[in-house]
Amino acid sequence: MKNLFAKIILVSIFISLFAGCVQQAPAGNTTSPTSTASAPQDLRLATTTSTCDTGLLDVLNKKFEDENNVRILTVCEGTGKSIATGELGAADVVMVHAVQLELKAVANRSFINRSYMMYNYFVIIGPESDPAGIRNASNATDAFRRIAAKQSPFISRGDNSGTDIMEKSIWKAANITPAGTWYQSVGKGMGETITTADIKSGYTLSDRGTYLAMKDKIKLRLLFESDQKYLFNPYHVMAVNPAKFPNVKYDLAMKYINYVISPQGQDIIRNYGKDIFGEALFVPAAGIKEQ
Amino acid sequence: MELFRVENVCMAFGKKDVLKNINLGIRRGEIFAIIGPSGAGKTTLLRILNLFEKPLCGNLIFNGLDAGKTGGLRRRMSMLFQTPVVFNASVFDNVAYGLKVRGFDKRAIEKKVSEALNTVGLPGMGKEKARMLSGGETQRMAFARAIVYDPEILLLDEPTSNLDPANVAKIEEIIKRIRDERGTTILIATHNIPQVRRIADRVGVLLNGELIEVNSIEGIFTEPEDERSAAFIRGEMIY
Amino acid sequence: MSGADFLFQGIIRAFELIFSLNPYIISITGVSIKVSGTATLLATLTAIPLAYALAFLHFRGRQALIALVNTGMGLPPVFVGLFIFIMLVPAGPFGFANKIFTPQAMILAQYILVTPIITGISLAAIKAVPKPIIETVYTLGGSWKEAIIMTFCEARFGIITAILAGLGRALAEVGAILIVGGNIAYTGSVGGIGEGESYTRTLTTAITSETSKGDISTSIALGIILISLNLSINLLANFFQRRS
Repeated sequence: MKNLFAKIILVSIFISLFAGCVQQAPAGNTTSPTSTASAPQDLRLATTTSTCDTGLLDVLNKKFEDENNVRILTVCEGTGKSIATGELGAADVVMVHAVQLELKAVANRSFINRSYMMYNYFVIIGPESDPAGIRNASNATDAFRRIAAKQSPFISRGDNSGTDIMEKSIWKAANITPAGTWYQSVGKGMGETITTADIKSGYTLSDRGTYLAMKDKIKLRLLFESDQKYLFNPYHVMAVNPAKFPNVKYDLAMKYINYVISPQGQDIIRNYGKDIFGEALFVPAAGIKEQ
Repeated sequence: MELFRVENVCMAFGKKDVLKNINLGIRRGEIFAIIGPSGAGKTTLLRILNLFEKPLCGNLIFNGLDAGKTGGLRRRMSMLFQTPVVFNASVFDNVAYGLKVRGFDKRAIEKKVSEALNTVGLPGMGKEKARMLSGGETQRMAFARAIVYDPEILLLDEPTSNLDPANVAKIEEIIKRIRDERGTTILIATHNIPQVRRIADRVGVLLNGELIEVNSIEGIFTEPEDERSAAFIRGEMIY
Repeated sequence: MSGADFLFQGIIRAFELIFSLNPYIISITGVSIKVSGTATLLATLTAIPLAYALAFLHFRGRQALIALVNTGMGLPPVFVGLFIFIMLVPAGPFGFANKIFTPQAMILAQYILVTPIITGISLAAIKAVPKPIIETVYTLGGSWKEAIIMTFCEARFGIITAILAGLGRALAEVGAILIVGGNIAYTGSVGGIGEGESYTRTLTTAITSETSKGDISTSIALGIILISLNLSINLLANFFQRRS
């Protein structure tokens, strides 16, 4: 009897595993909007963590998916990796925020139709007591100099994301090579970096959106934000060049880009966050001339 | 009536000669004991007879057939190893194994297993888990498993070396009963001299890979032909 | 908020999510089981014949293959992920298959990680079957086929343990599938727990992304589900081991 019981368990395990693999990918349950009559097209979007983690893409993409019978496969992985993913042809469209990297990637013909979609500002957050006194800093480079002078703990993303690249350029502008035990590179996403800084009572550079989304869960405060030059954070969408990768869904990517910069898409960006965070996280920027 | 003969068989593992020019004829229905000190080559000889090892030279003639050129001979024999082997299953399934691989039908299997279990004194034990048996019972089950398909030859390698005297007596009785009831030819390798006297018809003395004497049971105990085998029978150390 | 608070909230959250049969959580768990289960099944189909070949056949390169299997048991998942990523991106040699960021790519990665584990443990179990057992099969008239069947019967608990160990490793793995799968869920679920459906998001990759968002309590909830899953598998393994 016991033997039989064991056999039944074993057989049912294998059958259930097998059933799992015979069934094709997402079968689409009845509540899913994807289970429409014709199979939706897939669009692969590689993007920075801040657009995912703030929840903007949930709202922005949902409307596009519903109206066009498209499924957007979003890979959230930081600007550096997103651009690399596009350059290898593994995405159709990317949404990123590191101007220098973007221009380089457009220059090497990996991407085309780079479009300005929105911006916000980076913020410097840190412990309420502000040991380095950056609240009174005159600009971002001054704030970073003060942190370095005090050797207050500073947590760096260290992941070649848009935020990370911005942070490095501020250090460069301040003529400081950050080194020492006070400067810690964690190689993680924005949320985890903020959590780490919170635990260590350190300073860090964050995009405004992720900070607002997390501010109720942390002790860190927004200490410095008024620097139009160094804390400016523009986001762009761009399509992977179909001349380089014929298999990318260029037309669909363009449809998406046009949607993002359309009045409809820009309206969603303008209003996103007002109800949840009390203020908008991003400023729509379609059609604005870049600085 | 010779059942099989060993002609000029030799064997070596690496540079070590294990068997040297063995000549031996075994008669149908006899219990033949191979005696000798440990390392004399007894196990190797049995393994050659059961076709596990191919001898370096010489021939095995089984019922007039050359074992080197005839397939399927192993199925007409059976061997019991020094440490009893138990399949992780019931006693019935253990004993029935040789019948199943030979494609016997279910009813024949049940009948033959039941007979074999009777022969070894384990009637009605078929449903027990084989791993739960005692040492003596395990060895008796191994006998049942070895004889259930009526092999013509049964090769036994030290079948009682790990057992207490009561179980040794039972096993000896079973060996004799198998021969008497089924007419099986039995070859037993042992260094237990009193046991040889109790059960064997004839005996061969193996020393350092050489068969130094083959004699009847009376002959070896009364007038041994070789000085060294006489010493071994007396319980002296021989080299 | 202290760590204990996170943990407490996470446990509460876990029960909420599990008992409300949250469709997002169910789809994530489903992808985990589907991907790891399929990978383990395919790995088993490769590993067991391979283990038998390594145990019984004496072919050229056998020792090298055994060394490869042993090394493979400790392959770093991130490296396997990176390797498959490079192979499968359109710019890579197998880009034509268009499989990057799909469940199939994840299955391939886990297959590569799990096959050596199942092979290694099965091989040890098969080799642990005493030689006299096999010889007894032969002396009782069995052929090499019957000897293989008997070895399987004798080693079956070890082999089942090997399969379950492989499955446990696959379910707990994150490094490789994060890279090749992309942690994709459809809209509605990207920003948080809600209505949505996982495509390549598993329990482990969801934990990394929820943690990245700073949503520690949801991460803990997902972790509890993952551990419960692994615990059930190990209890099953234990059950089989005790029977042997």
